Amino acid sequence: MELQNISNTCTSIDISRSSSLAQENLSKPQRIRNKSVDLGDNLLYSEDPRVIYINDPRRTNDKYEFTGNEIRTSKYTLVTFLPKNLFIQFHRVAYLYFLAIAALNQLPPLAVFGRTVSLFPLLFVLCVTAIKDGYEDWRRHRSDRNENNREALVLQAGEFQMKKWKRIRAGDVVKIHADETIPCDMVLFGTSDPSGLAYIQTMNLDGESNLKTRYARLETASSIFEGCNVSGLIRCEQPNRNIYEFTANMEFNGHRFPLSQSNIVLRGCQLKNTDWIIGVVVYAGQETKAMLNSAISPSKRSKLESYMNRETLWLSVFLLVMCSVVAVGMGLWLHRHKDELDTLPYYRKTYLRNGKENGKTYRYYGIPMETFFSFLSSIIVFQIMIPISLYITMELVRLGQSYFMIEDKHMYCSNSGSRFQCRSLNINEDLGQIRYVFSDKTGTLTENKMEFRKASVYGKDYRSSNLRDDVLQDDDIRAVSSRWKLKSEISVDSELMDLLHKDMAGDERIAAHLFFLTLAACNTVIPIVSKDASSGHVRSDSWGEVKAIDYQGESPDEQALVSAASAYGYTLHERTSGHIVIYVNGDKLRLDVLGLHEFDSVRKRMSVVTRFPDNTTKVLVKGADTAMFSILARETEKDDQIRQVTHSHLTDYSSEGLRTLVVAAKDLTDAELEQWQCQYEDASTSLIDRAAKLRQTAALVECNLNLLGATAIEDKLQDGVPEAIEALRQAGIKVWVLTGDKQETAISIGLSCKLLTADMLQIIINGNSEEECRNLLTDAKTRHGVQPASRKNENSKRSNNPENGYLEIPDEAKSSNVLQPRSGKEEPDVCAPLALIIDGNSLVYILEKDLESDLFDIATSCKVVLCCRVAPLQKAGIVDLIKSHTDDMTLAIGDGANDVSMIQMADVGVGICGQEGRQAVMASDFAIGQFRFLKRLLLVHGHWNYQRVGYLVLYNFYRNAVFVLMLFWYILCTAFSTTSALTDWSSVFYSVIYTSVPTIVVGILDKDLSDKTLLKYPKLYGVGHRHVAYNLQLFWITMIDTLWQSLVLFYIPLFTYKESSIDIWSMGSLWTIAVVILVNIHLAMDIQRWVFITHAAVWGSIIITYVCMVVLDSIPIFPNYWTIYHVAKSPTYWLTILLIIIAALLPRFLFKAIHQNFWPSDIQIAREVEILRKVT
Amino acid sequence: MSETNSDRQRRGDRESAFYLFTQQRLPACKPVLTPPWVITIYFLVGFIFVPVGLFTLRASHSVVEIEERYDIECVPSQFRNDKVSYIQDDSVPKNCSLLFKVDKYMKAPIYIYYQLENYYQNHRRYVRSRSDQQLLHGRNFHGTSYCQPLESSNNRPIVPCGLIAWSLFNDTFTFIRGKALLKVNRTNIAWKSDRDHKFGKNVYPFNFQNGTWIGGGKLNPRIPLSNQEDLIVWMRISALPSFRKLYGRIEEDLDVGDYVVVQLMNDYNTYSFGGKKKLVLSTSNWLGGKNDFLGLAYVFVGSSSLTVAIVFMLLHLRSQR
Repeated sequence: MELQNISNTCTSIDISRSSSLAQENLSKPQRIRNKSVDLGDNLLYSEDPRVIYINDPRRTNDKYEFTGNEIRTSKYTLVTFLPKNLFIQFHRVAYLYFLAIAALNQLPPLAVFGRTVSLFPLLFVLCVTAIKDGYEDWRRHRSDRNENNREALVLQAGEFQMKKWKRIRAGDVVKIHADETIPCDMVLFGTSDPSGLAYIQTMNLDGESNLKTRYARLETASSIFEGCNVSGLIRCEQPNRNIYEFTANMEFNGHRFPLSQSNIVLRGCQLKNTDWIIGVVVYAGQETKAMLNSAISPSKRSKLESYMNRETLWLSVFLLVMCSVVAVGMGLWLHRHKDELDTLPYYRKTYLRNGKENGKTYRYYGIPMETFFSFLSSIIVFQIMIPISLYITMELVRLGQSYFMIEDKHMYCSNSGSRFQCRSLNINEDLGQIRYVFSDKTGTLTENKMEFRKASVYGKDYRSSNLRDDVLQDDDIRAVSSRWKLKSEISVDSELMDLLHKDMAGDERIAAHLFFLTLAACNTVIPIVSKDASSGHVRSDSWGEVKAIDYQGESPDEQALVSAASAYGYTLHERTSGHIVIYVNGDKLRLDVLGLHEFDSVRKRMSVVTRFPDNTTKVLVKGADTAMFSILARETEKDDQIRQVTHSHLTDYSSEGLRTLVVAAKDLTDAELEQWQCQYEDASTSLIDRAAKLRQTAALVECNLNLLGATAIEDKLQDGVPEAIEALRQAGIKVWVLTGDKQETAISIGLSCKLLTADMLQIIINGNSEEECRNLLTDAKTRHGVQPASRKNENSKRSNNPENGYLEIPDEAKSSNVLQPRSGKEEPDVCAPLALIIDGNSLVYILEKDLESDLFDIATSCKVVLCCRVAPLQKAGIVDLIKSHTDDMTLAIGDGANDVSMIQMADVGVGICGQEGRQAVMASDFAIGQFRFLKRLLLVHGHWNYQRVGYLVLYNFYRNAVFVLMLFWYILCTAFSTTSALTDWSSVFYSVIYTSVPTIVVGILDKDLSDKTLLKYPKLYGVGHRHVAYNLQLFWITMIDTLWQSLVLFYIPLFTYKESSIDIWSMGSLWTIAVVILVNIHLAMDIQRWVFITHAAVWGSIIITYVCMVVLDSIPIFPNYWTIYHVAKSPTYWLTILLIIIAALLPRFLFKAIHQNFWPSDIQIAREVEILRKVT
Repeated sequence: MSETNSDRQRRGDRESAFYLFTQQRLPACKPVLTPPWVITIYFLVGFIFVPVGLFTLRASHSVVEIEERYDIECVPSQFRNDKVSYIQDDSVPKNCSLLFKVDKYMKAPIYIYYQLENYYQNHRRYVRSRSDQQLLHGRNFHGTSYCQPLESSNNRPIVPCGLIAWSLFNDTFTFIRGKALLKVNRTNIAWKSDRDHKFGKNVYPFNFQNGTWIGGGKLNPRIPLSNQEDLIVWMRISALPSFRKLYGRIEEDLDVGDYVVVQLMNDYNTYSFGGKKKLVLSTSNWLGGKNDFLGLAYVFVGSSSLTVAIVFMLLHLRSQR
């Protein structure tokens, strides 16, 4: 929402500009062209406009069959479900791998597993996914059906009759009553308001809860009362997804006039404060803008996952090596025995001599082919070396993790009742590795609830410090005549109040009058008057009913100003397109609105031309100080003096962190008025370049203004923001604030949220040309000794550690088990920390030129970076700057439409569900209620998720590799013939049933440290930065451990049962049990927090394995029949298992114990402190 | 928090457990690897493993085992250079005798095993070449494609089909102590479960070893498969390329100094692929056969645990935190 702040006024155009920017950005990668941008005003000449015959749907749909109003968000029908779902599922590489393996296994020479067995894993995942998809789709079907079967009044045969939504077609005339939802995109034809005004709420579309105005064209609005048989023609652009633009024209009763954004109501909006509207359907169903906009944000991939893919490559190398060994071994073996192949009792390549297959070879294709087949079949046997199931496991784990994040009471915002939202399921663990946080200011750090604080009227500063306690009392007596009760309480400055109750004489008095009149009139706020039933005021009884006024506006600044004006006795009571009614101290004042120049980001001001009851015309203007001071009148000395005083006031205000606004007005002479009116009419009906023409017109009246004063609005900081920022900084996260505010405001907010501290050295870069920026940058570099990036990178590895590294716990603290929380920065930095403040103008020059890397060098050596006056796309540019120069993870947090591009650019995007629309939330990966939750999200959940997923990946690599290696060693003992001692079913169940649940449970539930500890010592977050939980070194250690364990697993039974009568299935059964117990105990050894679910999962898995073995061994048709009953009777079996487990895990245990006792990591120390202190 | 507290009270115990679950605050056991724990665990492992190992070693030593390789000795000297033609020549008598000297007292039952080496019963082609359905249901069962290339002969199905059955071991042994024949019990050598449920009681060998290419032993076509215990033992294929299979039990004790003469028919062809044949007499106890490995491994793991524990304890005492 920064664009607003540029001038502190905000109108719909402002939002639409920023968000359409964002939308273009959004749609670019998706290759959806925003047609309205192309068509624009040229629509009328464009070749293919959509033609709608009003009230004649048949003719409308005659030539082109436009989409009906039936919507379908569901993907499948009963018939298409199976093929379509399968098609979609097989887009994933993992499933294709399964499919390829299963297909290989169907080839006769390769059939390693039984046919059904080999299909099991594939069928299993397909079924699970299909059930999940099916359930989701069924829910969508249900909501679609509800939506489609709603009813609306449609003009049929001269009367309005109920019709189901799904039967409404383009061209229909529809009548909507108050509080009803609009079924499709309609051009307003007429409303219950004679002037053709309608209010709609666009909550479902963009999340903004305030009312917006829409107008019916006067030409049509009048005719609607005359009769029901209407006819006409609308030409409009083809359906597109831009909800902020609409271009069309209408031919009606022989007139031809343009239609724009303000004439259309969109599906999903609700009609408010208007009895009814009548409209013509232009877009229906899937072609409505609401439906076209329901796109999902692009999916992101977690960094840990991309590292994991690198290690998966290593695993595939291992796989290929193993397969090659088997294949080469097979080749050599066949070569050595090639003369015996027919006499070997266990090979036998030919058929019996007598019989129909006399002497033919049986499945023998020569040594090269056999070698090749042996390679392929070993791929089938070793398939789980590539942990494809890991991707599915990770999805489930992340789902579980997000459940706990969503349920976390500490991230529940009770003010707005909004929970944490997890919109992306792919990047949970990235939250544990964030290095840069890019934060929006308004609505993110601050509440975006504006409060009128100070005013400077006619060169005099009125501060709320003059506030008297009895002022309310006073006020009530005076304000009795105004019976309006405001919903918000505003403290009033008594001095200013006194001034307003003087007689209308003197410049100062008149200026004050005009000042508040401007505040009340020059805006787009809509007052909504309602009877206040809940009024608890005793005093109000004497006045009968008290009316409450609720100001609905698109900008919170304007609402604050109007409320303030009302508190000072200037109550805005009624606003239509033609006039404004203001009660001035109880007296009704009706102003005719001749024209309104809405806010735009070029002029950065807004003006309204009004005719007063005494027939004078005035233009009332408010705008940003930079935009206003240049157009003030400089005639008298008094003007100049006021100007200077006001300017100094403005500087004061903004240094206090207030948002400022300058108010001015002037009388228009008749000549001026006439000239303006003429141009205004011309411009506002213009079809081409309307905006530019209106701007020119505005310039006619917005000049030589008399300065009235300035306002200061406080944008309150959210709760806990300074603490959160401090904690993030201690955690080694760099917080950058990107704001649209001015430099002074930005700095003051930075100070108040402890982002900037007094001892910081501020580097300010605000150049107006490339040269200036370059000088500023180089100057800053030399002055503060910033090293160029290449050298810095070398150093950073070394310097990173002491900076964000270990918790240096003094020895005495450790022994007494007291860990003092570190307060703030204790870095041994000799020089003061640096803060970089840079403005949007400079960024334009820097980001587009080769100065980028200079900026990066400076920015990264600063503790704090503040960017002010930046545009939405620049925000994304800054994020991109960091992303392209480093590998560090970035997080962007914001709440408004202007943050969308930044949120999508960053590795992790966090939206704040706040005052402003839902667009940021829609584009984000996670959504939180307030900024302070970010601390918990990163430090606690981020840390947990990172640790969990990191361990999960390593453990899954280990779990699959140890199994595959065990099979591999055995195959070396079977003449390289890819025999598996394990039964087919056990091999398949191993990763699906025997060992899958504990990993998932641990991935969801395990936690190394309690949230309290993590919040107390933010430095513990550094483990994510240092890639402690998952890195290449850990991978290799794990693989060496895996090798050892697999050797133990294979050779202990081998030596135990050497030269014994053990059969292959008993051995296989022993191996199955041993490996399952081994990997589960291995996991149990690493579990840090045992809850009953963990117990159930780990021990339950072992039990389930036994149960499965017993069941499989109880089916007589399997060759392994009754094996388990036999082996379980023998003590050797149990002794072997025990020996395997202990011998396999002892080295790991030793390593862990040594590491933990002699070189403990931060986490281990913190954990010991946390747990042991509780005990003692 | 006060809200949640009152909430919890209202919702009762069950709900509060669920609340703790959602907040990830369920009561949990959090093990920490403190030095005392580590030392205790290592001591525990040591103190369990060393005695178990010693006990196992003793059990292994109490097993008496006599082993004799006979595949070379039983070939007459003129055939030593061409053993394959010896074994394939039906006219050459295959009988042969071995002399076993009993060095230690052997308590009945004494198990007789034949041991084959370099014989890959676990080869994939071999493992798969059987039809469990046919073994149970007889020749009415036709889905025996796994048995190829030994599925049928002379266009008639073979029962039992497949390589495993076809290569049935067929050396036979008789044992004589002094003058008297030692009684060898050849029943109950296969698993009872196999006899009862896997091999059909009404399935009789059919068309077995009828071709010109004889693989191994023949079966009496009048005895149902469920009683052909040698076949059942043979078809429990071994896990490793060197393996023993039970031949029978001598149900008399053998005293120190006894001489046992084994008369054997050396019919089975292992010469063509260099396989070894051995005859083993062994007593048995709870451990099974003679096997020092398990005991030694236990002692080794146990003693190294104790060493680690002691080293750890010393280090811990020296640098007490």
